[in-house]
Order: sequence, then structure tokens, then C-alpha cells
Amino acid sequence: MLKKRIWILSLIVMFTLLPRTAFAMHIMEGFLPPGWCISWGVLTIPFIILGLFSIQKTVNEHPRTKMLLAMAGAFVFVLSALKLPSVTGSCSHLTGIGLGTILFGPTAMTVLGLIVLLFQALLLAHGGIATLGANTFSMAVVGPILAFATYKIIKQAKGPQGLAVFLAAALGDLMTYVMTSIQLALAFPAETGGFMASLAKFMGIFAVTQIPLAISEGILTVLVFNAIAAYGKDELQDLKILSKEA
Amino acid sequence: MSAAGVIKNLLLIAIVIVLIVLPLFIQKDAEFGGADGEAEKAITEINADYKPWFSPLIEPKSGEIESLLFSFQAAIGSGILFYGLGYMRGKKKKEEVANQ
Repeated sequence: MLKKRIWILSLIVMFTLLPRTAFAMHIMEGFLPPGWCISWGVLTIPFIILGLFSIQKTVNEHPRTKMLLAMAGAFVFVLSALKLPSVTGSCSHLTGIGLGTILFGPTAMTVLGLIVLLFQALLLAHGGIATLGANTFSMAVVGPILAFATYKIIKQAKGPQGLAVFLAAALGDLMTYVMTSIQLALAFPAETGGFMASLAKFMGIFAVTQIPLAISEGILTVLVFNAIAAYGKDELQDLKILSKEA
Repeated sequence: MSAAGVIKNLLLIAIVIVLIVLPLFIQKDAEFGGADGEAEKAITEINADYKPWFSPLIEPKSGEIESLLFSFQAAIGSGILFYGLGYMRGKKKKEEVANQ
């Protein structure tokens, strides 16, 4: 029990000491009025608490999935460092939340995402401390929830594994940016046209840029998921991703 | 991995590369700045009076330092990821040998 605690603690320390850049081109520091910053922050807190319990439960029940947890975090780490060009002529980066969401559930990714965003804001001036709550909500709450729902629905419909992983990762990534656009449009409604006009504007910047990147993210997630499935059948059975008979 | 599996993976990787490279040819004159910078501009257009009320505590000294931090991040991430994959692969091989 104590050993596991120490392990979780060292994982947290590891994640916190590493400079990570998180998933989206996030809302910039200072570019969200204080009231909105607080509201999104408060909304995010329950998911963080659920996530901490969820991670602890998974690791306690199946200690051998620790390696996968570290890998899910590392996947976020890699993908969120890659700023890629898009057809709109601007750049944005991937999120990497899909893999961990499929393996460990959406709330576990809230915790990993928060840590990533925090250090990105602190060390890279990417995103921000004041906008941390809003960015965590879009990237590590809404994104993973949609990714998880997508995955479950396709699996329920007996769709192919690859398709489920691809769509979960791609839609989760895209949803992060849609949510970012909604957050900005709520805080900055246009004088003519209000919320909807602003939403269209921000969606044009964030969401459209993200479409080709979301496809890339889906494909990369499938590649890594397949590699994990090839070598880590036991761990995936622990996490109930693969059935025992498979 | 089977030959068909390898070909499928290479094909998938090729699609990703095309998705990354293609925009550079479609948008020849674009600056390829960050989408967050674009959003800053849009906010200023909607509400010209808006002043950011908080600024980053630490900013990387230059573009070079920033890219150093980003590549460091990517390097650590892929290090852990592929260490894990290698570990799992080795473990599986060992089990297969033990079961024979």
C-alpha cells in the first residue's frame, strides 16, 4: 500500500518536474476576464478529484498498468510538443489525450492534462496560469469525455477497434478546440451578432486549423494503440480494453 | 509483426506526413504562426478596449530557447513511450519462450 502511494507520488513529481506543453493552442494568459477564469476553474475541480480517485483505484487494482499510465502521459508529452502547420496557414498542436482516455478513462486524463497545462503555462508561457481552469476544462475534461463516449459507442456498435481508437482521438482533439472557441465567444460576444458571430470567428481560427491535425492525431493514436495491444495484452485485459478470450 | 501489418503502418505514417507537408504547399504565402496569436488578434477586433489583465510569469528568452524546451519535452515523452513499448515487447518474448 505504502509502496503504491510512493509510486503515485513519484509519478506526480515526475510529471511536475518535466516541462510539458499541453494539448491545444490554449487561451492565452490574461485573455479571459477574471470571472470566466474562476468559473471554468470551479467547474473543473470535481473532475480532478474524480480523476485522482480513478487513477489510484486502477493502479491499486492492477499495479502492472503503471507502465501504461506513464506511457499515456508520455504520449501527451510528445504530441503536445509538436506544433504542426495546417491548411489555414497557421500552426497548432496535437493533444494526445485520446490514448490515455481509452486506457484509463476520461477523468484520469483530467489530472494528467492539468499537470501538462500547468507546466506549459509556467515554463513555456503557453496558455496561462489565470486561464488554467478554462484550458483544463476544454482539453482535459470536455475533450476526453467526447473521446471516451465516441470510443464506447463504436465498441458498443461492434465497430472495428482501429476505427474506435481513431475517431475517439480525432474527435477528442477537435472538441478541445471547439470548446476553446465556445469559451472565447462566451467571454467576447461580438457587438453585432453576439455570441454566434464570435463563435464563428473563433471556430474559424481554432477549429478549422485543427481538422487536419485531428486526423493526424487519430492516426498516430491508432499506431501507438496497436503497438501496445500487440505487446501488452495482459495489461489491456486488466483495463478491460480487450476481453479475456481475445 | 506481419508484412501486411508493416505495410499498413507505413501507409498510415505516410498519410500523417502528407497531412503535415501539404499545408506548406497549399498556403505558400502564409506565415504559419500560432493559432493562439490569431485569436489574440480576433479578440482585439471584437473588443478593442480589452487589455490582458495578467501576463505570463516567465517567458522563454527567445524563440530558440522556446524550441529547446519544446524539443526537450518531445524527447522525454518519446523516451518514456518507447522504453515502455520495448519493455513490454521483451516481457512478452520472455513469456513466449517460457511457455514453449
